[in-house]
Amino acid sequence: MARALINIPAKAAKGQIIEIKTLVSHPMETGFRPDNQGKLIPRDIINRFECEIDGERIFAADLYPAMSANPFLTFTLLAERSGEVTFRWKDDRGEITEEKRKLVVE
Amino acid sequence: MIRTALIAFTTTVAVTAIAQIAPGERRSGAEFMSPSTQAMQKDDTSNPGMLAALEGETLWNAPAGNEGKSCASCHGPADKSMKGVAARYPAIHQSTSMPVDLQGRINLCRSDNQKASPLRFESRELLALTTYVALQSRGMPVSPPDDARLDPFRNQGETLWRQRFGQLNFSCAQCHDDNWGKRLGSAPIPQAHPNGYPIYRLEWQGMGSLQRRLRNCMAGVRAEPFGFGSDEFIALELYLMSRAAGMPMETPGVRP
Ligand code: HEC
Ligand code: HEC
Repeated sequence: MARALINIPAKAAKGQIIEIKTLVSHPMETGFRPDNQGKLIPRDIINRFECEIDGERIFAADLYPAMSANPFLTFTLLAERSGEVTFRWKDDRGEITEEKRKLVVE
Repeated sequence: MIRTALIAFTTTVAVTAIAQIAPGERRSGAEFMSPSTQAMQKDDTSNPGMLAALEGETLWNAPAGNEGKSCASCHGPADKSMKGVAARYPAIHQSTSMPVDLQGRINLCRSDNQKASPLRFESRELLALTTYVALQSRGMPVSPPDDARLDPFRNQGETLWRQRFGQLNFSCAQCHDDNWGKRLGSAPIPQAHPNGYPIYRLEWQGMGSLQRRLRNCMAGVRAEPFGFGSDEFIALELYLMSRAAGMPMETPGVRP
């Protein structure tokens, strides 16, 4: 399973816009690179990222081979209610990395 | 006898006549980077080197080898036991009286204390453990040990630093002491301080050790690079650390 670093404030005021930053470890193999035998290394990238609060989608992105290794994604959220925030990365091999964080809005 | 003494004398004079970077002029490699790369290094959620540190923390606590011991079984929490350690390596290994660098020290613990096979140079595992151990010294001053047994190796490192290498016939000093701050093609020439290593290099799309960086510089002047773990690299690392004494540790650094 890939490793992820997430930066989300634990608490926010209602109506506040908070910045969420995520960094996940992944080789993001493009599928265009030959190995040292000259054979193409099969593509293996994270192709989808999703973020939800209590099951409600707040952000999603489709990723393509031009992304760097260990993709860094940052986005904002209008804090309306407390909940559990789920972060999910899916790669070409179908592997899913999932992380959860609590957000308290008061 | 007198002749050798004379030659030794003239070489010493020649060596000391070469300019060194004054302490007030010292600049970390990070200062030569673009503001966006600096910001990437400074923020722990955008610094990809922190992923290696995270992996290192897992390895620190994972039993390995025939003894079934983890690093933590003997050393406890790394934030206490490893604090300041990276800032004073390379250091003398007591049982051999020879200098070892941090990677070498970790591999000695693998083989002697965990009875596990040593980790390969530039392997994910060795880079991750080295990064995690070095992170425990972040912000602390580079503190080369005041140990006279290291002097001959430091001197060897300084000699290598000033020696011309490769088809392009450049010494490390010509670029990093005499021409730092200027550009080589599109890349600014930094002062070659080791205080951010292991680093995450964007060009590599991954982590690399100080020795990997040194091999790049040697290949750049079309010299045959020294081998990983060679005496020459340990000597150069010792010299680089003494040259950076007092600068804060920054591991994990990010480089373009
Ligand atoms: C022809 C000039 C040149 C020579 C000779 C050279 N280097 Fe470098 N070195 C560079 C440049 C340029 C960089 C930065 C590379 C980059 O950003 O892509 C660099 C980077 C470094 C770094 C990394 C510094 C940091 O902040 O990350 C170290 C350490 C280093 N060199 C050490 C050495 C040593 C030791 C030698 C001699 C064996 C050497 N260099 C020879 C040009 C040189
Ligand atoms: C069986 C106990 C044991 C295990 C397991 C062990 N070590 Fe050690 N380690 C030691 C001892 C004892 C020393 C001091 C030896 C010396 O000074 O020669 C030491 C020294 C070190 C040092 C140098 C500390 C200093 O102050 O100079 C580092 C770094 C280190 N170990 C890292 C590790 C790592 C990383 C692991 C796991 C991969 C590990 N050790 C596993 C016993 C252990």
